[in-house]
Amino acid sequence: MKRTVKRHEHARINADDPIHFSFDGKRYRGYEGDTLASALLANGVAVVGRSFKIHRPRGVFAAGKEEVNAFVQLEEGPYTEPNARATLVPLYADLKATGQNAWPSVRFDGLAMLGLFKRVLPASFYYKTFKWPSWHTWEGLVRRIAGLGKAPSQPDPQTYQKQTVHTDILIVGAGRAGLMAALEIVREGHQRVLVLDEQEKFGGSLLASAEQADRAWLKRVLADLAGRDNVTLMSRTTVNGYYDHNVLAALERVGNHLGTQAEQSQPRERFWRIHAGQVILATGAHERPLVFPNNDRPGIMLASAIREYTHRYGLTLGDNVVFYANNDSAWDVALELVTAGIKVTAIVDVRSTVVAKLQRRATLAGIELKLGYAVVDTRGRSGIKKLLLRKLTADRDHLTGPKESLSCDLLAISGGWTPAIHLYSQSGGKLIFRDADTCFVPDVASQAVTVVGRANGEFSQPLNLQALWSTPDVSSEYQWIDFQYDVTVSDIQLAVRENFISVEHVKRYTTNGMSIDQGKTSNVNGLAILAQETERQIPEVGTTRFRPPYHPTTIGAYAGRELGPLYTPGFQLPAHVCHVALDAQFEDYGGWQRPEYYPRPGEDEHQAIAREVLAVRNSVGLLDYSPLGKLEVHGPDAREFLNRMYANNMVTLKVGGARYGLMLNEKGIVIDDGVLVCLAEDHFLMHTTSGGAGTIHQVLEEWLQCEWMQLEVLVTNVTTQWATLTLSGPNARQVLEKLDGDIDLAHDSFSHMQYREGTLCGVPARLLRASFTGEVSFEVSVPARHGQALWEELMTAGKNYGITPFGLESLMVMRTEKGYLHVGADTDGNTMPQDLGWAGVIAKKPADFVGRRSLSIEVGQDEQRLQLTGIELLDSSADILAGAHVLSANGDSSTGYVTSAYHSPTLGRTVALGIVAGAHARQDEEVTLFYNGNRQAARLVKPGGYDPEGERLNG
Amino acid sequence: MLKINCPFCGPRTEDEFTCGGQSHIARPVTPAEVSDQQWADYLYQRINPKGVHYERWRHTFGCRQWFNVARDTVSHEIYAVYQMGEPKPSITEKGV
Amino acid sequence: MEKYSAFSLLKNTLTGHKHWPKSWRNAELKSAYDVVIIGGGGHGLATAYNLAKNHGITNVAVLEKGWIGGGNTGRNTAVSRSNYFYPESTRFYEHSLKLYEQMNDELNYNVMFSQVGIINLALDRHEMDIFRRWSTSIQLQGVDSELLTPEQIAEEVSILNMGAKTRYKIHGGFIQRRGGVSRHDAVAWAYARAADNLGVDIIQNCEVTGFDIVDGGIRGVKTSLGKIRTDKVGMTVAGHSSVVAAMAGIDLPIISMCLQAMVSEPVKPCLNRIVMSPKVGCYLSQSDRGEMVIGGGADSYTSYGQRGNLPTTESVLGAVTELFPTLSRMKLMRQWGGIVDIAPDASPIVSKTPVTGFYISTGWGTGGYKAIPAGGDTLAYTIANDKPHPLVEPFSLDRFAKGRLVDEGAAAGVAH
Repeated sequence: MKRTVKRHEHARINADDPIHFSFDGKRYRGYEGDTLASALLANGVAVVGRSFKIHRPRGVFAAGKEEVNAFVQLEEGPYTEPNARATLVPLYADLKATGQNAWPSVRFDGLAMLGLFKRVLPASFYYKTFKWPSWHTWEGLVRRIAGLGKAPSQPDPQTYQKQTVHTDILIVGAGRAGLMAALEIVREGHQRVLVLDEQEKFGGSLLASAEQADRAWLKRVLADLAGRDNVTLMSRTTVNGYYDHNVLAALERVGNHLGTQAEQSQPRERFWRIHAGQVILATGAHERPLVFPNNDRPGIMLASAIREYTHRYGLTLGDNVVFYANNDSAWDVALELVTAGIKVTAIVDVRSTVVAKLQRRATLAGIELKLGYAVVDTRGRSGIKKLLLRKLTADRDHLTGPKESLSCDLLAISGGWTPAIHLYSQSGGKLIFRDADTCFVPDVASQAVTVVGRANGEFSQPLNLQALWSTPDVSSEYQWIDFQYDVTVSDIQLAVRENFISVEHVKRYTTNGMSIDQGKTSNVNGLAILAQETERQIPEVGTTRFRPPYHPTTIGAYAGRELGPLYTPGFQLPAHVCHVALDAQFEDYGGWQRPEYYPRPGEDEHQAIAREVLAVRNSVGLLDYSPLGKLEVHGPDAREFLNRMYANNMVTLKVGGARYGLMLNEKGIVIDDGVLVCLAEDHFLMHTTSGGAGTIHQVLEEWLQCEWMQLEVLVTNVTTQWATLTLSGPNARQVLEKLDGDIDLAHDSFSHMQYREGTLCGVPARLLRASFTGEVSFEVSVPARHGQALWEELMTAGKNYGITPFGLESLMVMRTEKGYLHVGADTDGNTMPQDLGWAGVIAKKPADFVGRRSLSIEVGQDEQRLQLTGIELLDSSADILAGAHVLSANGDSSTGYVTSAYHSPTLGRTVALGIVAGAHARQDEEVTLFYNGNRQAARLVKPGGYDPEGERLNG
Repeated sequence: MLKINCPFCGPRTEDEFTCGGQSHIARPVTPAEVSDQQWADYLYQRINPKGVHYERWRHTFGCRQWFNVARDTVSHEIYAVYQMGEPKPSITEKGV
Repeated sequence: MEKYSAFSLLKNTLTGHKHWPKSWRNAELKSAYDVVIIGGGGHGLATAYNLAKNHGITNVAVLEKGWIGGGNTGRNTAVSRSNYFYPESTRFYEHSLKLYEQMNDELNYNVMFSQVGIINLALDRHEMDIFRRWSTSIQLQGVDSELLTPEQIAEEVSILNMGAKTRYKIHGGFIQRRGGVSRHDAVAWAYARAADNLGVDIIQNCEVTGFDIVDGGIRGVKTSLGKIRTDKVGMTVAGHSSVVAAMAGIDLPIISMCLQAMVSEPVKPCLNRIVMSPKVGCYLSQSDRGEMVIGGGADSYTSYGQRGNLPTTESVLGAVTELFPTLSRMKLMRQWGGIVDIAPDASPIVSKTPVTGFYISTGWGTGGYKAIPAGGDTLAYTIANDKPHPLVEPFSLDRFAKGRLVDEGAAAGVAH
């Protein structure tokens, strides 16, 4: 590769702004406006990468996203990005890049010797070997050799944003076709137009033009559009997905061009969701390489890329340039290079006749013409030095004549053009193959999209293309199709030989098109060669499916800012501040941040919980119970509706009364439990498990809206409207009485399972005497904004009673001591009410309810169903964890499990609940528990054990 | 990305909605009188068409209301949106 | 069939690979077969292989509408494991896992089954309780399962976010060390080659258009390439189960949905386990090409489109980024979707049907890949003996009426 000493005059780089960068440890200089690739080329760096399989030395091949070789590890440490395409990285000050997949460097790679074994490593060779002694012997080695760049080892220091935009017209691509479409639209009316271009600057291939007229046009049009308030132009934005209903996704590179100097306050990239009324795709076309022996050497580049490097970046890539083409577009490039003062020695064209005008101009320019020739080999290990050619027969099926040679230091190739129809295809549009230009073009769209310009196969000049998909009569071993994964023509032949002939099979067998360039330059060549090998027409062979992302897209951009605390919404309790001040140990319960326990200095979890439990049992404790689900159910049909939703009878619930109920789904499975309170004849307050209110609300709404639309019922979820604090313990009433209020709390006036309303400390209050601890409990609800104040009031009022804040884990100990079940812990996805001992309750209810019918089917009648039971360890000093299993009599299988298990400070031993096969009929039976390889003796007992008569509840 | 025209809120993206599966399934009026097989059909049997599907959708992160949608399960084109409780519209080849 | 081995690879290298035989013949469709298998994915091909190998039934055709292995098998994250909760499931998948372990030798093909181990992460206290229950259940069935502390997990998975700022703390988890990933195409092609070698006819580009049913029994199959006379049909068409079963007048309680999977660009090894989080709905592994392979739950509405939509992609990648923040700057390279057939209890249906001679294997949902070998074995047995294989008795079509669901809700929470 030749070093460019001086850039051409009209290059779109800023020669006054040199930029220093390093590649593989060496320092180089480039300019503002360069990409990393153009800067490397300017410095004569020929080898920039190594191929995936056999580590061939590779150079820059293209100028844009169709680049296949120049993948680098950009930066290091937290800013590192593996597999960065040097052709897409704008040069910035002190940019640092290293070659990938090579050791010690891309120039001198130890694994290059794999090239010697290419023959042994054809496509899918790994399926035929690596079996002895077993695959395990080899997999470590294979994995280490595989992979390209290195994954970052530190978290991403930058952020990503997600945004949505609505537009009437979306134009993808601000090249000539896209900009002309924009002009036409704005002349016709005032619709909102959004124009997106993936490059750093607008203009598409106009940026590579040497024509003054093109430059002037571009400048004028951009100024015109920028001045219109209904037009938004965004560069650096790649549309990568076209989804249903005309919604597209795009990635905007906000700070990438600034590298490590990007402002931390700005996102690195922005992920756009675009709602478009109409879409116009002006996405251009990718030039295809020709396939011939040793077509992958450094110094072999796409003709259009050389054009871009010459005019846009001002480079002189070679002193002795040869072209190899099958169409007219390459000739235009050759002539432009000559005009730019670059020596083009020859044009080798597979076509035996070419348009006379072009031939004349080429000859006048001093270019030797080799028409009807094919390249049969190239030479030059770290950069092309010469090519060998032979004449083709008239039908181009064979070679004829002697080998000739041409020296060259840069080979420009053009095998035709592939319209970039990926987004169109993603949208569901159909394609049709155009023989003349050998490319797929859009046919019938299925969404509101039109395709213009080269993406639609509209080439400004006819290509006059004649195909030569590979060089005949020479070995197919070294004719590369997919440069990345080292797929050659011989691999396609082997696939066909083994009867893999569908394009899907061949793609998977050879891995053609499956690498990080996503087949942009290899798909059509692979397809065509497959068609040739199987004697089919290209359209018959078809094409593989296009899916998002069109271009590889940063994973973090899909996540946006929804990480860490923002990953899912979390709720805090109304008295959160108080819990923090009390050093609560928090845990996430159903989205709520709740105290598990409040450790005092020096206490571990068990000590804290034991202290809290004893404090509640002996005096009084306070629990922030605000996540308790609260749904208000209003309406003339509310009672009837609730009776259908609950398994037990609710028609008899009196005003002011509260009743514990169980709710099933239609399959008879227990989904929730809670206390239902009757506030008035047509007004009920339903309590659900904490964190379950939203789900149960949805369940109720579904029945009311979809099935029982004639019922007049309104359901409102008031869970977060009320702060609910539970005051529990023998002194609970005394503490509550110290507060200013108008509710009669006396033992005889307000008994267990009753509800009262009034005011407390001057604010509305709802009081429910329900208990999950087994002690006298008041669930005190006030409007949520007063929750913190109420907590503080109660803590003050209870001081003389040693009032103790207690957390959820302490609550769990106490409810287990009482044998109270916790839906979701002591029930699973199969538990029916009869498993919980509710058969009798249900038998007393005459009316139908949700799930009732399912209780009487075969499996519901099974006597060996898992039934709720208490579990007592025979060794009273031992403990067990929830999750242990109850073994069958012969010890070799499970008959149930321990669902809740805690050390009970009250009873001085472990208390546990479980669901065990046929447990109701097996009370007092001894069983064996199994956990983590250990066995323990236990007995099935009644759940609970603390205050079985419930005397303390009624205090 | 499905855009569903909620009858109450207008067109919103699919991530605001929950699909409730096949619509127009009526709960047996007297469950106690149907056979186990009929009850299982009500619970589990669902059509799974490759083509037009009449489905229930709920605007979960919006108005929370249920409504019906006639949608093609291959192209994802939405042919009609209609209220819960309304009968199925008939869908000819190019729309309602 | 040419034996695959390092030796044969070298031998063929010397002759320029010009003598490798076809992996399977281009068989001509005959007018009659003893058994017709509909659907040439992993399950269909494995069933045909088993019919020939274990039951001596070689007059078998596998009819595939497109190209073999082109459906869900070819769009797979290719995880195999047997860490299920209920013994009915574990027995089945353990049988399948053992067959994966022996597959290279059985089929003379390297399916590259890497038993890297699969870890389930518990992201809250309750989940850890469930995992203890789940892991113990697996152990009781004699299958390998190990509970892990957060510290142990951090050692096994260095890229996992164990930091203070995570939304969910990692409470621990459990691992099945024998779980792993393999090359999905290789599995399909290995079975195809082996079945073909035993005389099975593999007919591609052949679409079934109807059935001949007389007196409630199969008499023949109508296809785009002609009619076939047969008394036994095995249906293994995954997402198209309802469509094909309907042709035989059979209603299935199946919903077809799109399951997405995606891969990042390949990087050097950074993850040597499969990691799953049911709570946030994602799982991750690294292929032996270096790509990070990512999956999650299905798009939640009926679809035959084989293309997922953006919200699911965002949600799965969001979960991956939250759990593995070092992957943030890597790029998503490819995304695809299949059509998965999900039964009401998310467990499979391998069963006889009301039509005599019509056997179905469906409902594999998001977990069909790991079941391929055992699915083939049990369906072949069921067809050959006209009665369900003991391992699939719990998965009969009529279990729903009895309420005998096998609800692996927890186990099948995230697809793999």
